Amino acid sequence: MEYTTTILTGFVALYIFMLAAFTGFEIIGRVPAILHTPLMSGSNFIHGIVVVGALWALLNASSLPEQIIGFIGVLLGAGNAAGGYVVTERMLQMFKPSGKKAKE
Amino acid sequence: MNAALLIDASYFIAAFLFIFGLKRMSSPLTARSGIVVAGAGMVLAVLASFFYTLDVNAAARPHLSTNLTLALIALALGLGWAWRSGKKVAMTEMPQMVALYNGMGGGAAAAIAAIELIGYKTHGSVSLTLAVLGGLIGAVSLSGSLIAWAKLDGRINKTLRFTGLQATNGGLLLVLLLLGGYIVGQAGQVPAVIFAGFFALALLYGVMMTMPIGGADMPVVISLYNAFTGLAVGFEGYVLNNPALMIAGMVVGSAGSLLTLLMAKAMNRSVANVLFSNFGASGDEAQGEMAGSQKPVDAADAGINMRYATKVIIAPGYGLAVAQAQHKLYELVKLLQDADVDVKFAIHPVAGRMPGHMNVLLAEAGVPYDIIYDMEDINDEFKEADVAIVIGANDTVNPAARSNKSSPIYGMPILNVDLAKQVYVVKRGQGKGYSGVENALFYADNTQMVYGDAQKVMVAMIQAIKSLGGSH
Repeated sequence: MEYTTTILTGFVALYIFMLAAFTGFEIIGRVPAILHTPLMSGSNFIHGIVVVGALWALLNASSLPEQIIGFIGVLLGAGNAAGGYVVTERMLQMFKPSGKKAKE
Repeated sequence: MNAALLIDASYFIAAFLFIFGLKRMSSPLTARSGIVVAGAGMVLAVLASFFYTLDVNAAARPHLSTNLTLALIALALGLGWAWRSGKKVAMTEMPQMVALYNGMGGGAAAAIAAIELIGYKTHGSVSLTLAVLGGLIGAVSLSGSLIAWAKLDGRINKTLRFTGLQATNGGLLLVLLLLGGYIVGQAGQVPAVIFAGFFALALLYGVMMTMPIGGADMPVVISLYNAFTGLAVGFEGYVLNNPALMIAGMVVGSAGSLLTLLMAKAMNRSVANVLFSNFGASGDEAQGEMAGSQKPVDAADAGINMRYATKVIIAPGYGLAVAQAQHKLYELVKLLQDADVDVKFAIHPVAGRMPGHMNVLLAEAGVPYDIIYDMEDINDEFKEADVAIVIGANDTVNPAARSNKSSPIYGMPILNVDLAKQVYVVKRGQGKGYSGVENALFYADNTQMVYGDAQKVMVAMIQAIKSLGGSH
């Protein structure tokens, strides 16, 4: 049987949005202040997933303006993802438990 | 093999890894593995996206090889540039880099919206509305983040303010919403020039909205734009029927909103106040002249005085990090500890440029967690301290926030350094703080100023203490 992508519209989409919003709220809610900066950077990395959408848009481009905008979109999205990852990783490296004692 | 199934399964796993990774990032013990987990999700999602090539629109099929080449070049360029710049940037400049990368994400979301709209690919009023909204928010996030980056990076020092600015911005937003409504109302069938105008105005709005905001408030603004980009990505995910974008975007949208509220709360301001209050514009007149004068002191004398103190509390600020003095500072702390001085660090919630930024910088220098205290935990101890030393901090130690109702920073919680018996302020010169507010602390009777570059001052203090030799 041929598999076809589920179409996410109407209430299905609304459920996804609602549950995702609660998830984000819960994750950040109980975080110590020292992690606010790394987390902002980490969440910045995660919306780098936009590069995937930009890739789809570019691959389906059928005119020159679309190709130009799509190229820019993929470029920017890739920068968001890669930059977000490197910066977050560097920040979090400093939280590795040292010989002294790590914070609880 | 079925491409659609592979793509959907990959996105499902990626979405799980994002949430799991973010959860691990929310505890210091597991934070490092969190970003690696999320990174694996990203790699998986991007690789899976290439299966799109098997299933593109009929109209795009003749262009597939060109598009694929363009995609690979864009990926390589974006990835290569960001990877290099991210590795190179100094820890102190992290906030503006986060702003820059965030703006790029907003731009990418706006680009998706633009392609969908000018290609007339989106149908149905819900999809169109979300495409237009996502495009608007993404474009505002792009230009706004760029301004925030330029301001934090010192490329723009001016704050644009004129009477009627807020009214102009309000009018601009209204025009944008009407234009967006018109596009949706016409089912997206409007000439391309309307779309171009819409995006140009949205970019302009991001600039106009960010220009009046002072540098001290930028972290809140960056966090807000981070949430904006998340929302824009989530909306465009709906338009593209892509659950990975929907979930990741909305998680960041809500997490970023909460983070913005927490940051604003730490500064005792509301988000609306940050965005619309023209902070720091007035106040100079209201404050009047400062009574008394700034009393300079030699770094060596201050160092020796600390060596014979019982309790010293250090209030570090962004200036410490700019001077790259945190390593020398820790050397000084170790010397004082060897002389049985009780040394503690007092961290204001917004010390540095973002909440937690100063903790990151001190951790980088190797300062152990157990002598670093949050403001609430240490503010009562200042009155018992022999010496409080302020290094490169200004607004976060200004007692005017406690006492002077006409001061623009009135009500912001501050470190009570002025209650210590002796206060030393290490500072480059006689300037004002980031908010442009005069600091009453510098004129207090128990305050002495140590002028100079923080790193040089630390070295002078270390030498002075070492020259004493021996113990008590």
